Amino acid sequence: MRSYSNTYIFIFSSVMVIIVAALLSVAAITLQPFQKKNVEINKKQNILASVNIESTAKDAELVYDKYITESFAVNSKGEIKEGVSAFNIDMKQELAKPLEERSLPVFISALDSSKQYIIPVYGKGLWGPIWGYVSLKDDLSTIFGANFAHKGETPGLGAEIDTKAFQSQFFGKEIFNEQGQFVSVTIVKGGTANPDSKYEVDGISGGTITSVGVSHMLKDCLSSYEPYFKNIKSNI
Amino acid sequence: MSAEKEPLFSSKNIKLLTEPLNDSNPITVQVLGICSALAVTVKVKPAFVMALSVMVVMAVSNVAISLLRKTVPPRIRIIVQLVVIAAMVILVDQVLKAFLYDISKQLSVFVGLIITNCIIMGRLEAFALSNKPWQSFLDGIGNAAGYGIILIIVAFFRELLGSGTVWGFQVIPKGVYDFGYENNGLMILPPMALIVVGAIIWIQRAKNKKLVESN
Repeated sequence: MRSYSNTYIFIFSSVMVIIVAALLSVAAITLQPFQKKNVEINKKQNILASVNIESTAKDAELVYDKYITESFAVNSKGEIKEGVSAFNIDMKQELAKPLEERSLPVFISALDSSKQYIIPVYGKGLWGPIWGYVSLKDDLSTIFGANFAHKGETPGLGAEIDTKAFQSQFFGKEIFNEQGQFVSVTIVKGGTANPDSKYEVDGISGGTITSVGVSHMLKDCLSSYEPYFKNIKSNI
Repeated sequence: MSAEKEPLFSSKNIKLLTEPLNDSNPITVQVLGICSALAVTVKVKPAFVMALSVMVVMAVSNVAISLLRKTVPPRIRIIVQLVVIAAMVILVDQVLKAFLYDISKQLSVFVGLIITNCIIMGRLEAFALSNKPWQSFLDGIGNAAGYGIILIIVAFFRELLGSGTVWGFQVIPKGVYDFGYENNGLMILPPMALIVVGAIIWIQRAKNKKLVESN
């Protein structure tokens, strides 16, 4: 076997690394617009799914413009923040800030001749982030629809949170109890949810950590909107 | 491709393609790449895309390493192989994200984990470093196909018995569920993939006596 000098090895590896780096950067930059578009379309689809509208990647933008009538951000006191684009808010970054500085996005859709308030939620699953959108009826307590997604939960177990079967359990549940206190919706051990309870849903057997993650996510994210909900209610 | 050109598809070259499907199957005979065979075989569709991605990565990196084989210093060859594989995997991941976003979401981390698939590095080390590009290309396709076939067979049984669907379509009729049939939750968990792979190895060896060890 031929032996190579250290200089050769050094030059070989440098050239190789530079070529690979250049190749990957070019690929990343040329593909980025497509990827961004996909992410945006996916976000719109998710928002629509939370008010139970099916859309395909092709028509998502049209459908979004048709049904989502308003979007804005509120602060932790429930006042509307000016000059913030709700759609571009990254929930992960917002949740890292102290509560007072957060911009909390709200999307409003108009279906069945009433208003739905769509609230984004973001939290931790077992392997990575989980997120989604929860829509509330105009009483600001009853859940109209819910949509969850995840980065990499276990297929067949935690990943089931993005299925209709799991999400449809949330329909009609309430996040405020009869005394008007915020209670959120809790995900309990699979098969043990009290069918009469308005505040519990079944978790996924084998996907306990993801289920608990969804519980925490709902509680943490929805609670920060409490002042906003109160403001609206007192204005009615 | 021009199948008429004799030397391109000589019987020796054809063997490179077909051997990994049976006699030297990477999963059932060489027992490589088991980890991803457990991870992505819950459903058929992701398993299929995974097999296809592995095929692209494997064919291209085999050719690349084969072209470089005379210039790669042996002392850093493993690093060179890893760089080539990693670059390909990132490319495949980016392309999936740009054009097959839905499937890329389903596969999530597993595309990135192709880097750790020992079949790919095994073939680079064992074959591409000492063979011409065309042969290496065929070897890559053949081995990826051998890997993919097992993946899809395992995924088929796991999806059928574990979720009652194939390729996402419900195939077990609702009436059967009404009789008290239930999806086997165990099929979804990784241990059952291992057992299914074991069953495939058993069946394969029962048919192919060459593979049976003599003790």
